Amino acid sequence: MARLVFALGGVGGGAAAALGLAGVLGHGWTLEIPWLVPLSGLALRMDPIAGFFLLLVGGTAIPSSIYALDYARGARRGLGAYFAFVGAMAVVPLAANVVTFLLAWEIMALASYALVLHDRDDPAAVQAAWIYAVMTHAGLACLLAGMLLMAGWTGSLRFADWPAAAPGLGAPARSVVFGLLALGFASKAGVIPLHVWLPAAHPAAPSHVSALMSGVMIKLGVMGLLRAGLDWLGAGPAWWGVALLLAGTLSAVGGVLYAVVDRDLKRLLAFSSIENVGIILVAAGAGMVFRASGLETLAVFAIAAALYHAANHAAFKALLFLGAGALVHGVGTRDLEAMGGLIKRMPWTAAAFLFGAISIAALPPLNGFVSEWLTLQALLQNTRIPRLELNLAFAVALAGLALTAGLAVACFVRAFGIAFLALPRSEAAAGAHEVGGAMRAGMALLVAACAALALGPTVVLPRLGGAAASLIGHATPGVGGDLLIIAVSGDFATLSMPVIGLALAAGLLLPVVLLRLTRGPHRARLYETWGCGRLLQTARMEYTAIAFASPVRRIFDFLYRPEKRLEVEAHPDSRFFVRRIAYGNPTRALAEEWLYAPILGVLRLGAARMRAIQSGSANLYLIYVLAALIVLLVLA
Amino acid sequence: MRAATLGALAQVVVVAGAAPLLVGLVRTLKARFVGRRGPDPWQPYADLLKLLRKGTVVSTTTSWVFRFTPFVLVATMLVAAAVVPVLVTRPALSFAGGIILLMSLFMLGTFFLALAGLDSGSAFGGMGSSREVMVAALAEPTVMLAVFALAIRTGTTNLGGVVERIGSEPVLAAHPGHLLAFLAFFIVMLAETGRLPVDNPATHLELTMIHEAMILEYSGPYLALVEWASAMKLFLFMTLLANLFFPWWVPSETEGLPLLLGLLALAGKLVLLAAALAALETVVAKLRLFRVPELLSGSFALALLSVASVVLLK
Repeated sequence: MARLVFALGGVGGGAAAALGLAGVLGHGWTLEIPWLVPLSGLALRMDPIAGFFLLLVGGTAIPSSIYALDYARGARRGLGAYFAFVGAMAVVPLAANVVTFLLAWEIMALASYALVLHDRDDPAAVQAAWIYAVMTHAGLACLLAGMLLMAGWTGSLRFADWPAAAPGLGAPARSVVFGLLALGFASKAGVIPLHVWLPAAHPAAPSHVSALMSGVMIKLGVMGLLRAGLDWLGAGPAWWGVALLLAGTLSAVGGVLYAVVDRDLKRLLAFSSIENVGIILVAAGAGMVFRASGLETLAVFAIAAALYHAANHAAFKALLFLGAGALVHGVGTRDLEAMGGLIKRMPWTAAAFLFGAISIAALPPLNGFVSEWLTLQALLQNTRIPRLELNLAFAVALAGLALTAGLAVACFVRAFGIAFLALPRSEAAAGAHEVGGAMRAGMALLVAACAALALGPTVVLPRLGGAAASLIGHATPGVGGDLLIIAVSGDFATLSMPVIGLALAAGLLLPVVLLRLTRGPHRARLYETWGCGRLLQTARMEYTAIAFASPVRRIFDFLYRPEKRLEVEAHPDSRFFVRRIAYGNPTRALAEEWLYAPILGVLRLGAARMRAIQSGSANLYLIYVLAALIVLLVLA
Repeated sequence: MRAATLGALAQVVVVAGAAPLLVGLVRTLKARFVGRRGPDPWQPYADLLKLLRKGTVVSTTTSWVFRFTPFVLVATMLVAAAVVPVLVTRPALSFAGGIILLMSLFMLGTFFLALAGLDSGSAFGGMGSSREVMVAALAEPTVMLAVFALAIRTGTTNLGGVVERIGSEPVLAAHPGHLLAFLAFFIVMLAETGRLPVDNPATHLELTMIHEAMILEYSGPYLALVEWASAMKLFLFMTLLANLFFPWWVPSETEGLPLLLGLLALAGKLVLLAAALAALETVVAKLRLFRVPELLSGSFALALLSVASVVLLK
């Protein structure tokens, strides 16, 4: 049964990817089935942007489903939800009217809720699912309000009618709709401070689902932001873009700062997803500002950079989540401190994870570097907008992205180094085993996708430019160059990934030859690590994940606000005999404490007040119903 | 095409060949400044040759990452040597990605070196890695803003383009933004190449090491590769400082007399910068590790001021 579902998921993913690819290349179509969905009927429409996101859904569903053949073998629960989840995610980008969109959106949310609740005995998972349900429905309420307002003002439930009607609405009305839609989509995308569900929910789900949630589902929030800011509401004012730019910067820096100190591998990856969504939004926001300033070619370039990073992130984050799942499978824990030395026990997983780590750290010659480079080049051209306050916002975003890139390197050195290198830190890690063929195949597919995105930007980028151009109704793709080189705004900057790859390969060869000529280290003697004269080296002498992140934690302590807790329990007879020492150094989450705790406090207070009218008497409740009916009739 | 290829090779050979001399020169000058005779500037070559001929000891704890890292380090520096305008303004790979590629290449080396530090399983290696990635991460925003300041004024992020543009209009170099960006970049150079006051290249005291802690387990030919790569990094950073901020007498052709003049000019600039570095290292002490972020935020402030002055005083 499980095999059938995952095989179907893989085949369906392949079909979706093929359909999406055709859409990106310009094969548009529409499909309307009026009787299928109440109010307005089911309506689907393919355009390049829908095709791009459908391609992401399909392209990530294939490896995840193959991986699940091994990973979730014999699973009984969550099969239907998995199927519904992938199916709903494939419909969301295509939805052409409000009802279809919200229906697919809600099925996607509910199915992923069920998947987060996979392990019902784990209180943390139940809590995570609860937070997720609340946040996703708060987001849904914002979307519903925004879309219904827009539908009411324009008189149409079809998205395609909105861009033409939007300019007649007046600036405040459009800004209200944009604000509501942006809130709703940003909560799905995991933008700080609406991110609180994400680091709880993604680790709780099984890893092939985490890959889909982090790789694709949050990208659909990004798609919504792109549609709302660039397509549905027409060309917006510059401040919409600036808002996205700054929110993206905050998410990028904040996400990576939380990722770099976390010791739960899957939560670390979830925080890193917040960071990457931030990077995507910085590029998208820059595109909106460029468009508002009349620089449409540059806008297309920036949006294409955002799409490129979305595709990259889908590939390497899915890869890393599948790798993390392999670790959970092999070691039985998500705690970095209990891993170590796995590169020798799980060599394939280690190689795949290292590949993903180099990609996500935006290092050449892999794909993360391409989109990071494109984003930075788009931002660096902001001085073509002659407005000082906008230039300042861009400078903030540039510095923020640079810090993010640096900290991402630190984060993934730590994730890979602590989990895979040196000696095993636990018995479970010492006895770990490599995962099976299907799981390896799933990871290998994503490695191939990363490699293709790394070497082929000259093929991919013009297509993405075309998609971005179609989104804002501009004629040209806005990207120059030939098959070997990408040229940005003429002489401003050029990039050639194949040449970088070749040069690095040649550079690797040279020292090999040099060592051969000078009698090389073939006679390398194996001996233990130098331990200052101690005879025994154990894993307890290794640097831990906490210690590794300690400098960052100390420098940014205004953000983490770590507390030192030391409890010493002495023997009743003498305080010199210590029975137990407990030491903790937990960090605090500012968004939860400063934003959500007050809101929850107000809600609780209100609920306590409401208790006065809740007597439990059925007669009283009948009177309430009658009173409400009369009031409504009078008002109507 | 052939001249360009030859030029590129010549440039890589110059960087790879002269880098140890620069390291030796700084050491000699430092010794002279404190009144010692010091080693010969050519001493690093003798060290490297000796290391290359020796055997090596590899820890049983380590994996292939440890053995692979020295090769990655050398490879990134060799590629970087074909990107930076050392002898000519537009070297062979100048089109491949500009200054952002260059910084990312250095980061790639840092990434692998930090992994190698963790791989041996000793506390020293982990400590060095942890500190190294922290310093590298904090230096990034400064670099980006300095690049931004240069890009505003020259209209490109291509290193050769920047050098040509400022070289042809000396007025551009006489701008406060230019000087501020130079100072910011100089501090980044100190941090990235592990010089005083951020890291002490001459110490093996465990509490103060950063770079040396990471490479503690390397020996023999592997150590030679690592040392050679760090020498190239220093050479490239100093060349970048010399040619980006004082971009005169950098030839655009790869042949004949201009090339020779360019080489002499570069040597002159590098000797001056090496003297400045040696003088600085003689008079400052190493900063406590948690004062380093303050130094780097200072450099960030300088870069920000540079951008501000460039935007305001157009």
